[in-house]
Amino acid sequence: MSTASVPLPNWITYGLMPFLNLLVAFFISGLVVWWIGENPFEALRLLIEGSLGRGDAIGFTLFYTTSFIFTGLSVAVAFHAGLFNIGSEGQAYLGGLGAALVALALDKYVPWYVTMPFAVIGAALFGAGWALIPAWLQAKRGSHIVITTIMFNFIGAALMVYLLVNVLIVPGKMAPETRTFLPGGQLPKLDWLMAWFGLKLGPAPFNVSFLIALVMAFLVWVLIWRTKLGYEMRTLGISPSAAVYAGIPYARTVIIAMLISGGLAGMMALNPVMGASARLQVEFVGGAGFVGIAVSLMGRSHPLGIVLAALLFGILYQGGADLSFEMPNITREMIVVIQGLVILFAGALEYMFRPTMVHIYQRFKRT
Amino acid sequence: MDFFDIVVSILGSTIRLSIPLLFTALAGLFTERAGVFDIGLEGKMLAAAFASACVAYLTGNAWLGLLGGIAVSIIFSLIHGFASITNRGNQIVSGVALNFVAAGLTVVLGQAWFGQGGRTPQVSGDGRFTPIILPFADAMREVPIIGPLYANVISGNNILTYLAFLAVPITWWVLFRTRFGLRLRAVGENPGAVDTAGISVTWLRYRAVIAAGFLCGFAGAYLSIAQSAAFIKDMSAGKGYIALAALIFAKWKPVPVMFACLLFGFLDAFANFMQGKAVPGIGEVPVQIFQALPYILTCILLAGFIGVARPPKAGGVAYTKER
Repeated sequence: MSTASVPLPNWITYGLMPFLNLLVAFFISGLVVWWIGENPFEALRLLIEGSLGRGDAIGFTLFYTTSFIFTGLSVAVAFHAGLFNIGSEGQAYLGGLGAALVALALDKYVPWYVTMPFAVIGAALFGAGWALIPAWLQAKRGSHIVITTIMFNFIGAALMVYLLVNVLIVPGKMAPETRTFLPGGQLPKLDWLMAWFGLKLGPAPFNVSFLIALVMAFLVWVLIWRTKLGYEMRTLGISPSAAVYAGIPYARTVIIAMLISGGLAGMMALNPVMGASARLQVEFVGGAGFVGIAVSLMGRSHPLGIVLAALLFGILYQGGADLSFEMPNITREMIVVIQGLVILFAGALEYMFRPTMVHIYQRFKRT
Repeated sequence: MDFFDIVVSILGSTIRLSIPLLFTALAGLFTERAGVFDIGLEGKMLAAAFASACVAYLTGNAWLGLLGGIAVSIIFSLIHGFASITNRGNQIVSGVALNFVAAGLTVVLGQAWFGQGGRTPQVSGDGRFTPIILPFADAMREVPIIGPLYANVISGNNILTYLAFLAVPITWWVLFRTRFGLRLRAVGENPGAVDTAGISVTWLRYRAVIAAGFLCGFAGAYLSIAQSAAFIKDMSAGKGYIALAALIFAKWKPVPVMFACLLFGFLDAFANFMQGKAVPGIGEVPVQIFQALPYILTCILLAGFIGVARPPKAGGVAYTKER
């Protein structure tokens, strides 16, 4: 009998197996570190110290975490509807345009808490807008969403470079970026939150968008498991033909799922654009859209799992940056390797250990 | 420069920019025709470029460099095969993962081994594929029209360029005139039928991904030891995705693949040429338009506005023998 159909308890499927996959990914990363002549355990110690050892380190870790929660949720929402959205990167990039336009327009006149809701809407609208065309192409013209969203990442990058170099640039300046937002267009840091735990934030850009991210995680949970739309999306994700047969409109559900996905990706821009650099810069997304794929796969597309996976990747990003200072032999790109391995083992080789698990589980159940 | 010289120089760089696309798109043709999506073309090309540069630097031999690139690229293909054929994992996720691993590993290893910020040291002499001057190139130069075209576009390329164009008819012949090719195409359309005929779907698909790895090895070697003389971080710069676009644009057929790659190469060459120049009547055209054009064209094509691009039917679906 095939082992694929043997049921396993949830704690194995959602707990032990992702953990095992992660462990293998880390083990191979350790081998790479060992291969280039460094001590993997020492590297791990430096990585954890660099990401969790001091107040500002934690601040940076949570800053990255915030971005990854947004993009992770973005990938997950589309994934529930059976759509693999590789375009979160481009949607986040365009979302930055939405947030920046709002900040540039309002920062002179109103304080940040008035700007923020409009910026959230602006970022979400622009991100969703960038997801709309691939969504429409998938729903109505049958083009593969993976291909079109990849194409849209590149088109978005070209568009944003054009806008930043030719339109939004500060006249007389060389750097392709907008002017710095006034405090009315900046999101305040969360030093008070850190102070609760007796930690000093220092220069770390940990800001209010973290709270927005947590709210969004909760709302995504409500959407997916507590609403009719979420039910329809999940049905579509499991079996498009069954969904259509049950009267769920295919095109409408695909488009709505992608708009929500793109909107969440777009909101990621609040964090770096309004929370950290206070201006729109070239390539500010920095691959966070792609990290979202790893985060969503590792978190099994569940908001709680995504928050935890985003935290893990936040630790990797901040710790990795610190590690590359301490061990110049290990560059920052080591994170990209780990990320790739996590996607490989938690995503593509998700079920590699399943047959073994089934054997062990059945043996235990019998005794 | 008069007009004709400009044309010759743009055509020359069109050829140079098309070659990595052509190898990679042909690689994608093999796997996708066999029903395995390959988003990881970019990563394989990058890993091969790094391996080629390393081996060529250490041995001083370009051919060994090429072999190194092919070997590493095939290893990546086998991992993709293991994940998506043997383990029936998501093919796209696997491809994305391998792109990340390649992008990161090349820089990490490059920095650890050579300490030049992820670059490899310069390769020179026999470590590179250098331009070949075809017979009579100098004598022909004086002949109007044909002469400069022959001397500057057709002659003066490196051996990999000629191999790339040779690979097109070979690919066509393998896919459409051999038993292996027939089966390979069948496995991309209807793996169940191939299985019923007693032919191993798994082994066929593995051979297809190995063929893709082989071709991506050439693309990588071209980047690092033919076009340039070292590996540079992220030197594939999205060419794997453009190749994917070219593959779709060519509707998964070998000869149209060549023309699509030449078209995208031409757009790139033309963009480089147009940078900072004004078009009469329109003014300066932003270089980003040319950069985005291949992607925009592919989206328009995929939407069915200029003909229908129909992918192999079983593409992206893992084959399960029985349920």
